[in-house]
This record gives sequence, C-alpha cells and structure tokens, in this order.
Amino acid sequence: MMMPLASAPLHMALFLPWLPSERALLAQAVAPDVPFALIEKQRGALRLVAVDRRAARLGLTPGLPLADARARVPELVSLPHAPEADAALLGKVVRLCGDFTPMAAPDPPAGVLCDMTGCAHLFGGKEALRAEAARRVGALGLSVRVALAATGEAALALARFGGEDVRALPIEALAAGEDVRVALARAGFRTLGELMAQPSAPLAARFGAELVRLLARLAGEEGKPMTPHRPPDPVRAEMRFAEPVGRTGDVLDAIEALAGQAALLLARRGEGGRAFAVRLHRSDGHVARLTVETGAPTRDPALLLRLLRERIDSLADPLDPGFGYDSIDLVVPRADRLEERQQGLTQEADPAERDMAALLDRLAVRHGAGAILRLAGEDSHVPERAGHLAPYRAETPFDPPPPQAGEPPTRPLLLLDPPQQVEVLASVPDGPPRLFRWRDRAWRIVRQEGPERIAPEWWRRADGHDGNPGLSRDYYRAEADSGHRFWLFRHGLYERETSDPRWYVHGLFA
Amino acid sequence: MRSDSILAIPSKDKRGAGAPVPSVLLALGAERVDAELGGGLKGDGLHEFYAARGEDGISALGFALGVAARRQAQDGRPLLWLRLSKGPAARALPYGPGLAELGLSPRQLTLLLLPDGKALLRAGLDAVRSGAPGVVLLDMQGPCPLLDLTASRRLALAAEETGTMVLLARGGARPAPSAAHSRWEVAAAPSPAREGNMPDAPAFALTLLRHRGGRDGLACTLAWDRDGGLFCDAQGREDGQAPASRPFHPVAANDWREAG
Repeated sequence: MMMPLASAPLHMALFLPWLPSERALLAQAVAPDVPFALIEKQRGALRLVAVDRRAARLGLTPGLPLADARARVPELVSLPHAPEADAALLGKVVRLCGDFTPMAAPDPPAGVLCDMTGCAHLFGGKEALRAEAARRVGALGLSVRVALAATGEAALALARFGGEDVRALPIEALAAGEDVRVALARAGFRTLGELMAQPSAPLAARFGAELVRLLARLAGEEGKPMTPHRPPDPVRAEMRFAEPVGRTGDVLDAIEALAGQAALLLARRGEGGRAFAVRLHRSDGHVARLTVETGAPTRDPALLLRLLRERIDSLADPLDPGFGYDSIDLVVPRADRLEERQQGLTQEADPAERDMAALLDRLAVRHGAGAILRLAGEDSHVPERAGHLAPYRAETPFDPPPPQAGEPPTRPLLLLDPPQQVEVLASVPDGPPRLFRWRDRAWRIVRQEGPERIAPEWWRRADGHDGNPGLSRDYYRAEADSGHRFWLFRHGLYERETSDPRWYVHGLFA
Repeated sequence: MRSDSILAIPSKDKRGAGAPVPSVLLALGAERVDAELGGGLKGDGLHEFYAARGEDGISALGFALGVAARRQAQDGRPLLWLRLSKGPAARALPYGPGLAELGLSPRQLTLLLLPDGKALLRAGLDAVRSGAPGVVLLDMQGPCPLLDLTASRRLALAAEETGTMVLLARGGARPAPSAAHSRWEVAAAPSPAREGNMPDAPAFALTLLRHRGGRDGLACTLAWDRDGGLFCDAQGREDGQAPASRPFHPVAANDWREAG
C-alpha cells in the first residue's frame, strides 16, 4: 500500500474585480453615489481604464474613450488612473494573505495567488478557508472573489471568471495572446472543456506548444512554481558585550559603531532609514527602547547620533543602566530609497534645505513630529478646505493661486477654527454688516467689500443631492473704525435657505 | 591640478562655525522711516513687536510677517514660525491662502506649534543656533515670564552668530527689558483709502519704543505693499490724519529705553 508523500497541491486565488474604483472610493476621492471612471491617456485619447459598479451598470466599459462615455453618461465623474496606488493596495491584500500561507504573491493587476498546499485544514477545510479569506479582504472594503483549485492558473481563472469547473470557462480565461484566442474563436471553440477534449498534438501544431502547456496547467495536470512575495528583512546590527557596559559615553560609542554598520547595509541596498530603533538590553532582562524618525531618508551615523542624544536628553525618565547593558541592537524598521550622491567640489543641491530638514528632525525628536506643520490646501472654494495645516513630513506641495496684482488680500492671515458666532446689525437682512459684537466689544464697520458667495459642497454630504445641500455663505471683508479687519460671513441666504441667517467671524486680516 | 580659488569658495554651511557674518541692514521700504532707522533694521538682530492693545495681536503678527517676507527676499532661507498650541492662539490658525496673499511662500514656511512658552523659547533658540532658517518668528500671546533679559540676550547673540533674524510678536504682554535691537508697538490702522470704500492693504500704526544705537520715539503709519514686497508710508494718503486707535505713552517709552 502506498501513502501519498505530500498532500495534493492546492492554490487559492483572490480576484478583486473593482480594485481601482474601490481604491478611489476608499481614498474618498469621489462621492459614493455618482458613476465614475478612472482614465488614462492612451493612443492620444483619454480612455477609461476602469469603471465603478454604477458606471458599469450604465453600460460603460474599460477601453471606451472618455468623450464617448460622457456622451452616454453626462454626469460621469473622471479621475486619473493611479496604477501605483492600486499596486500598493494589492500589496496590502498580499500581506494579509500572509496570515494563511507564507507563499502568497500578487498577480497584477488585480489578483493574488496563494499556495495553500497542506494548509487548508488549518482553517477548517476549503470552504471555511474561502469564506475566511473573503471576509478578511472584505473588511478592507474591497469586493473579492475567491477560488480554490489544484494549480494556480486554474484558481486564478476561476476567480476571475467565476464558476466551479475550469472546463466550463470561456476561452477568454486562457492566459494566451490575443491572436491565439481569436484563432481559437474562429476555429469554433467556445469553452476550455472543448479545447481540453482535443488531442494535444494537433493543437500544438496549429496554435503552438504554449497553448498545450497552458491547458495542462488549467486542467491541473502540471504545476508552475511560484515566487512568493517576501518583505525584505529590516536592516539590523547588533553588538554583544563580554562585560556589561554602563557608561553613557561607552553606550553612545557602541551605538555609533552600530550606526556605521547599519549605514553600510543601507548603502548596499541603496536605501536610507526613515526610522531607527535602538534597544538596550540590560543584564537583568529590562529592555530600553530609543526610537527616532527622520524627515528624509538618511544613513549618516553622525546625524543619527545627534538625534539619539536629543532623544536621551528629552526622556521623561532617564536611562538607568543598572548593572550595565549586555547587548545593544539597532534596527531600521522603515527605509526609503536614497541614491548615492557624488561628493565633489560643488556642494549638494541645496544645503539650506538640508540644514532645515536636519533642524526639523531634531525639533521633532524633542517636541514630537505632530508639532511641526506645513501649510497645505486643496483645490476647493470652501475656505477651511482651501487651506489647512498638514504634518511636515506629508508630501503635500501647496501652491495657492498667485495673488492678483494691485488687489488687497482677499483671504485672512489667521482663520478661526471653528468660526465664532457674532451678533450683527445690518441695514437689511441680506445686506452688508454695519455693526457687530465680538469679544465683548462692538465693532462699527466703516468699510466693507462683499458678498463673496461660497456655495456649499453638496456632493460631500450624504443627502446633499436630495434637497439638503447645506447653507451658502456670504463672505464680507470688513474694516472697523479702529482699523481692524475681519472676515465675516452670513450662513445661509435670507429667505431662500433660512429665515434667520447667523453671522460668524471666520478670519482676521493683518 | 586644483585651483586655490575654487577651494576658497566660502560655503554657506560654515555659517555660525566660522567668523561672524557682517551685519546686513534690512530696509523696510518706506524712505522716511528707513532714514530715521539709519538704513533699516539689523538683519541678524532680535526685534520685538508688541501689540498696543489686546486686539492688536494680529497687527503685531502681520507687521512681523511683513518684515519676515522682506528678510526672506533678501536672504532666501526659509521662515520658521513658532506659535503656541494652547490658549487663545489655538483657536486662530495661520491660513495658507492668506499668507500667500501677503507675499509669503507657503513652501518656504514651516510652523511649529508648541504647548508652552518654555518649549517655544527652547525650540526658538535651537532653531536660531542651527542657522538653517533665515527668519525665526516667535509668536507669543500672553505674558511669558521666562522671556527675560537673559533669554532675549541668548536669542540676540545666537542671531548675530548665525545671521538669523529673530522676530518676536507679542500680544497681551507689557514691554519688558530685553536685549532686542529694536522694539515696536504696533496697532491696527485704517487701510489706505480706496475707491468703493473697501478695505485695502494691511496698515499698521507703529511706535518705535527702542532702537539700540539709534533714535527711538519714531511714530509712523506703514502699509504693506505685497506686489512691491515693501512697506510704504500710509500717512501721506491719510492726509496727515492720525489713526483713531493711536495709543501714546511718552513717559513709559522713556522708562523702557533705560530698562533695555
């Protein structure tokens, strides 16, 4: 009696049919209730690359020129196609599949393949595994189809085209070239089953040996080795001591040596660290952790040491070496690409910018990265969206429109968040303000300009399309007799939106 | 063969480490005021801008930002703006589009929000000593007992060492003895008249309370001309009429001069 040496091969494939559109929805790049498409310039025309469910139901398909799609569905919203963002989200799904098997790999653009040979019973069998995988990916907010089959190709084909039997799949499921598929269709083949029933020698002679191999893989007769996705190990350097080390100077020397080693490893990978973690293992088992983050990737040991010194200085509860440290290790949990730069007669591109980055890193270590902010903004008419503060490490280039020459500032220097309600006297309910009370003082307005009417962004409201778009704001720039300048707005149009519009101070001009 | 002249190119990095950088005067733009100041404000100095009254904090800040914008145009290094993250300052936040309309580049501006005066002074001193920003603006509302003569002297010395301009915008605080190179009292002023009776460019009623090595007691009204990137005299356009909210403390001004 022969026992099988290994369990039967089993592959699980996940297919995310709406990956690009769901990614856009998750990023809140578009309102959830309008049909939209992701577009890209192809062959000189803007074409749809992916559509969302709503647009698909309206008959729009990828490949259609945007102009044709707009002619059919005028309210179609278009967004730029972002393949990198899709790939990043797919990578997230791959990492999630790492919970099921170490052998998980992306199958771009929208599939994930996992080798589940010998693992399925750990999750309660095939059906339970399939349900669990669908549930976990569904929790990310993505629709997914999961299929299990002996070979990867078969699983992927079943996940993409649905069904239980590879033989019932249409010949489009064949990962062969377009010309082969056209030729097969002309020859009258409609399903894979019909192809598989044919003797392989004539098929190979007419359509190429590749087709026969593909069929064998789909039928589960031949497996293809897969390359699993493996995250690279983080850079790590360690130093052990024969005798425990206790003096701060010695510890820092050791860290400097470790930083030098880490720098070499990072240089070999062409990377620079964005975060560094030093662990000091005390002889009694206590582990002290020091972490620093940098704004730009770096592998400069001197800079790292400066940041760590700053971190040690700012520790609420100082480092206690006790009987000394047995070992110290340095890990770089986060790294980014950093190309080797040429050192030469000319200085690096912009020393001022680099100095500033170094200063901000130091300040971030002491005061927290959240304390350092940059001005950011979006392309919006709503003032609080047009300008806000963002973490300085976020890459948000912000270029507000250049001011109009000869015109005074139309936007305030400081924006009150939230706007403060004030009592206003106006000559007529929908007229400009004359007098208002704010901070226990009456301000008599002698000069004003307005209104600048800013309509609400109804598409951001859940019921915005349904007769509840929000209130318009009428902004006035007002100057009091004392010379102070304010940005006031009336919330709601009198009699059209509300009978009793309220007034707010939203900003202060210099 | 290397040429000595190439190797001798002075590097900006060495600022602070090597010989002190000679002082540069920063003219405000209004000729009459610059003449009174003997050419302008000390580019690598410490300058204080006190709000005349509680509600003039925004004017002191606005004037300091105008000076910062001029300094950036002269020097090119970025602006670091330190502000308190608690108290009244937390309810009004710097607004990018408005700053851009004052002529400040949002890309060249970094904001640091700190919980108290102590952290703010410490971070400010660190920043000035590093020499990376060209202007450090310490924006402090309310009294700060830690900012005494010693603290301001540290700031002034570090400023000279690294060629950084340090601006202190103070609201809700009485002027105190300090090592500042100039000290101004700023109040809001009606903007220059404009057709259609609409508010115009920012205008400031200024009193020079102290000017190290120069005359003090200068009073003027300046308006900020964003397109030219300079301050211009607003008094001419006001027909010589003094702004309504003009405070005047002749006696107190003398006290402060001695104190510094």
